[in-house]
Amino acid sequence: MTFSRRTTATGALAGAAALALVITGCASSGAGDEQTGADGDITLTVATFNDFGYTDELLAQYEEDNPGVTIVHNRAATSNDARDNFFTKLGAGSGLADIEGVEVDWFAEMMQYSDLLADLSDPEVADRWVDWKSEAATDAEGRLVAYGTDIGPEAVCYRADLFAEAGLPTDRAEVAELLEGDWDRYFEVGDQFVEATGGAWFDSAGATYQGMINQVEFAYEEEDGTVIATENPEVKAIYEQVLEASETQSAHLAQWSDDFFAGMANGDFATMLCPGWMLGVIEGNAPEVTDWDIADVFPGGGGNWGGSYLTVPAQGANVEEATKLAAWLTAPEQQLTAFDAAGTFPSQVETYEQDALLSATNAYFNDAPVGEILVNRSEAIGVAPFKSVKYFPINDALQKALTRVDVDDTHTIESSWEQFVAEVEALG
Amino acid sequence: MTATADRPRATGTPPTAPPSGRAPSDTTGKTDRQVRRIAFSQKLSRWDVKYSPYLYISPFFILFAIVGLFPLLYTAWVSVHEWNLIGGQGDFVGADNFAFVLQQEQFWIALRNTFSIFLISSVPQVATALLIAAVLDRNLRGKTFWRMGVLLPYIVAPVAVALIFSNMFGDQYGLINNLLGNIGIDPIGWHSDVFASHIAIATMVNFRWTGYTALILLAAMQAIPRDYYEASMIDGAGIVRQFFSITIPQLRPTLIFVIVTSTIGGLQIFDEPRLYDSAGQGGASGQWMTITIYLYNLGWGQLNFGRAAAVAWLLFIIIVLVGLLNLAITRRIASGDNPQKVLNRAARRAARTRRDQEVDA
Repeated sequence: MTFSRRTTATGALAGAAALALVITGCASSGAGDEQTGADGDITLTVATFNDFGYTDELLAQYEEDNPGVTIVHNRAATSNDARDNFFTKLGAGSGLADIEGVEVDWFAEMMQYSDLLADLSDPEVADRWVDWKSEAATDAEGRLVAYGTDIGPEAVCYRADLFAEAGLPTDRAEVAELLEGDWDRYFEVGDQFVEATGGAWFDSAGATYQGMINQVEFAYEEEDGTVIATENPEVKAIYEQVLEASETQSAHLAQWSDDFFAGMANGDFATMLCPGWMLGVIEGNAPEVTDWDIADVFPGGGGNWGGSYLTVPAQGANVEEATKLAAWLTAPEQQLTAFDAAGTFPSQVETYEQDALLSATNAYFNDAPVGEILVNRSEAIGVAPFKSVKYFPINDALQKALTRVDVDDTHTIESSWEQFVAEVEALG
Repeated sequence: MTATADRPRATGTPPTAPPSGRAPSDTTGKTDRQVRRIAFSQKLSRWDVKYSPYLYISPFFILFAIVGLFPLLYTAWVSVHEWNLIGGQGDFVGADNFAFVLQQEQFWIALRNTFSIFLISSVPQVATALLIAAVLDRNLRGKTFWRMGVLLPYIVAPVAVALIFSNMFGDQYGLINNLLGNIGIDPIGWHSDVFASHIAIATMVNFRWTGYTALILLAAMQAIPRDYYEASMIDGAGIVRQFFSITIPQLRPTLIFVIVTSTIGGLQIFDEPRLYDSAGQGGASGQWMTITIYLYNLGWGQLNFGRAAAVAWLLFIIIVLVGLLNLAITRRIASGDNPQKVLNRAARRAARTRRDQEVDA
């Protein structure tokens, strides 16, 4: 049998196409390795997730100031995706971007392998961050392996209309005064609110617990890594306090569930704990509501929820150039640009005195001076919780324990705690 | 393709035959064929006949060895070691990982969930697909439209399906609970109740896969000779009788295929339960945590690949066992290999009595 000319032509074309695919496939995946061109041009890859506030304009500006540098920015959808990707490729020893964004949630896990990351210590940037932010990124040998981007100082967001309904003050200064104090005070006002309206005071036990546990320095682990979560009376006390309050005060919404987002818009609860980045979440999910406001107060002092870092994996081909870019991205000026773009509250001390931050207001929250409030809240943060390797699996298990009682209503406070203890033991 | 068509000719023709007749021997790598001893050429042809078929099917097996067999064996190797995602291979621990996993309550919860979701998705799915296929097999107006229609859900990305359905199955603001509320039924805890969450996930699975299964069954139905139906009609058989006495027995090989593949798919279910809530860990008390989610949590959550690999192997063994069980059951359901047997009433009656006796015994 002979091929007709047409078949041959088609075959050749198909073959060529397949070949082209293979070649381009290799080329695009190999781009990370082959970065030095004829005239010293280099490509730096930056991998982030969610929204770090690094706009195309911002990156273009760096390219302009540094001729020969091209920046490729890859954004993963969620921090979990980024985490899976990060650990898989860190283990494989290749494939990571030149600069990798890391969330504080899995930062402790990453710090175990700090020797796989480049040392970024540099006297020039040493005093840039709030102390606890850079301390957390310094490993046992004193190497600074990550540059802080944003932090999440927490305030209290509240629904002015529901406050009015309950006969509570609605002005944000008065609300701040009303809630001033510890968590007992917060739940006490909650009782007043529930009695007056019958509605829920806060969104979920899980979120509230998060605010409380972040004020404990050694919650789940001791400094040497010994797990004390199940025996620590402080943890148990907070767990019980929040669940006892949640019985009447919680809207019983699982954090980040569809119901939770719907609840934000429907006025299911009167208050929620509000790190800087939460403002965007509320506005995005309840765009029609005009009664959300933010008060310059946080029960028990201050607290931090979330925040990220930039790291430079040592496996990269352009560690030096990447370090330079990471330093630039986390410099106060760029952090202010990012705050503008995505509301990521800077961890750079210098920005807290700058007018651009202090005078920032948020139209959605009735023109609240969010810059000033968050700066105050950031200064109130007194404790940086110690988070070692097991912190997050344990916290995860505890969140599930709270959900079982608060949302699912399948367990009692005691039986859920017992299951939590069993799960922590299984982590061993 | 050329080779297959030409091979018989190549063996029978002398070496002086036109080039086209010798094309296959070219494939063995000998291009210089000007002067050759006849015997060798014949030997080549003989080898060609003997080995070429294996060569032609070899790409699959080579590919399978690389992407299927090797990972399988490597996973077994990992499962008997301490193994961290980043640290890599640790000490040899023998069956410790298996023992650990089997002692975990979570593993058994995951096993229960997996089987529960598998059963309440696969059984109705195959049954519904069979009915849909039977209806589509009849003379409908706008056949292609309906046939493409049933496949439509299949091309919706699983992520999109999960997003839409988890919205519908919301506990407080979900569509379904709202509708139930309207007719005075208490809201169902789609995320807190074990069985309710399984139903919700099975719904997603069935939404996507029923049409796909139906089309496979339909293709098989179309291959059933129409004579059987005509003959049975003359014998006075109605539609239902035809369905059970002709269609189902004739579909046997396809049914086995469908049931085995849906078993494998059902026991490996991951996307839907993982996307059912935002945490993706199968619920606060593991209400809908399946084995693959448990595996994922061990591997990527706790970075413990040794234990995750042990779970992977346990799942593999479970699937093989269930597959064999399914095969045995399917053979019994759709007994009767050839059409004559099916149409022969006496034989059928005999088979039925035999079955009854077996049941009695």
